Amino acid sequence: MSEETSTADLRAQMPGAWARFRKSYLLYSFKRDPVAQLCLLIFIIITIAAFGAPWWAPTDPYDLTGIDIMNSELPPMWLDGGDAAFPLGTDAQGRDLLSTILYGTRVSLLIGFGAVAMQCVLGILFGLLAGYFGGIIDATLMRLADIQLSFSTLMVAILVGAIVKASFGNLMFGQVALILLILIIGIAEWPQIARTVRASVLAERSKEYVDAARVMGFRAPRIMFRHLLPNTLSPIFVIATVQIANAIISEAALSFLGLGMPETQPSLGSLIKSGFDYIQSGAWWITLIPGAVLVVLVLVINLLGDWLRDVMNPRLHKG
Amino acid sequence: MALLDVRQLDVRFSSRGKAVQALRGIDFSLERGERLGIVGESGAGKSVAAFSILNLIAHPGFIAGGEITFDGHHLNRMSERQLRKIRGDRIAMIFQDPMMTLNPVLTLGAQMIECLKAHRRISTREARQIALDKLNLVQIPSPERRLDQYPHELSGGMRQRIIIAIALLLDPDLIIADEPTTALDVTIQAEIMALLTELCDTQNVALMLITHDLGVVSQVTRRTLVMYAGRIIEQGPTREIINDPQHPYTQGLLDALPQMATPGERLNQIPGAMPSLNNIPPGCAFNPRCTFATERCTREVPHFVSTGGTQVACHMVEAMLAKEKAHDTV
Repeated sequence: MSEETSTADLRAQMPGAWARFRKSYLLYSFKRDPVAQLCLLIFIIITIAAFGAPWWAPTDPYDLTGIDIMNSELPPMWLDGGDAAFPLGTDAQGRDLLSTILYGTRVSLLIGFGAVAMQCVLGILFGLLAGYFGGIIDATLMRLADIQLSFSTLMVAILVGAIVKASFGNLMFGQVALILLILIIGIAEWPQIARTVRASVLAERSKEYVDAARVMGFRAPRIMFRHLLPNTLSPIFVIATVQIANAIISEAALSFLGLGMPETQPSLGSLIKSGFDYIQSGAWWITLIPGAVLVVLVLVINLLGDWLRDVMNPRLHKG
Repeated sequence: MALLDVRQLDVRFSSRGKAVQALRGIDFSLERGERLGIVGESGAGKSVAAFSILNLIAHPGFIAGGEITFDGHHLNRMSERQLRKIRGDRIAMIFQDPMMTLNPVLTLGAQMIECLKAHRRISTREARQIALDKLNLVQIPSPERRLDQYPHELSGGMRQRIIIAIALLLDPDLIIADEPTTALDVTIQAEIMALLTELCDTQNVALMLITHDLGVVSQVTRRTLVMYAGRIIEQGPTREIINDPQHPYTQGLLDALPQMATPGERLNQIPGAMPSLNNIPPGCAFNPRCTFATERCTREVPHFVSTGGTQVACHMVEAMLAKEKAHDTV
């Protein structure tokens, strides 16, 4: 009787997931790192601002009827000639720059996260297969990764973009551009994750718990996804964070070259590009303000990635 | 019929186009509920023998010949799918290092329930109950609580108890224990071995104990095989092998035990080292290290001769027996 109550008491004391998180090293080091706190704060603000754009953006840049060409190239409101209705000024077509940036950041973030999700799916799958089975599967997948990496993201994008544009026409392209960019950046960069996963799997595979799992009669997929994958997650987290920043930059570069998002649904990259033509004529804000947002966004994500790497890799202690 | 019957098992590892023989035709069998010890130095092929029974030798190793029969099934001719039904279910394995055998990121309960559900169609609730029963069986304090703990929260001895509980989960017929106590300290070793022996008795499970610790073998097993360089060189009842070893190698192993040495003197070691697998001397593989080696030992592979209860593969023993026989007939 007393035995039973004591085990029940002990069970009540068992920490739940939330309690474990509260006691975790992750949270502890986060609380002691003002840079990480600031970065996360800025990142959350940008994300909320971008994804809530339809609710609080002053105008809808996708709605062509709301645009007046007479308002084009107005400077930000704190400069001479500025209009309080357009806090950050307008672009060459008369769109409110603040609204356009909010919507553009949303597109950039969607592409960044979408592409990395794609990279993770491919990279984890191929990395696990290569690391677990080894031999010819490993050799084939890793050579494939080498080949993939030897094509630059830009080249793949130019090729695919050109083919899709030629076969579907510009209008159609506008509709699929977002998904297309996610696919292109996702496929171009999967080897980064695959290599990391493979390296961790090679290290984990030699441990006895994997033999034990095989001895228990588990199938290969179960061993790979349930036993090996959770043990390789921390490097994946770190690299995925950095890859989000990279994907956003890649997208901006592609859009700047005119291969990314069309100007009717601008991302940060296509905004920078659309303003680039007017920089000489004095309308610097069209390029510089979205550029600053891009820099801050990427910097914040990279700093978060750095912090995560320091936390998750106990061998890398800051001196 | 024997539970496990191994005939002429030949396991090779291919390296740079050549195949080296890790097991050079070993024969043994194991009855239901029997406890068998396999002893030998590192590299004698003990663990390879264990893994080949489950057909789990890692590449580049492979079974080149022989026959492994478990309860009427020819294990080395089964498909991977059929083998998976045997692994874990009918044959369980316990590894050397309890720190490494449990998955560090899953709770103990999750690992036990997963193992049960992989082999039986039962609900999580039922699986949890079976897991609890087995934890009680291995005498773990507050088993209910252990199910929600992670491996790192337990000590080495506790973990080895958990691993024994996992091995017993599906009521196997055979447990292969590959040096189960080597990584534990001496007092815990004795506890764990006592527990394992008792459970094998009460649950009627056969035990194949692989170790280099002759002390453990003498306490736990009824029968012992001594292996050297991929061959069995002496086999028989454990008591006879320990009390009256026939093969010079077995004698050397026993003499090398620290308790056999005179205080203040050097330990009695066997000179030399186990030959590497790609350079096994012809004849009796032990001949370069054997003080009794003759010219015949470098030429002919010795065959088993029976001396009382044990069987020995040694030319010297064979010659001695022949001499005794001649003496008797005169």
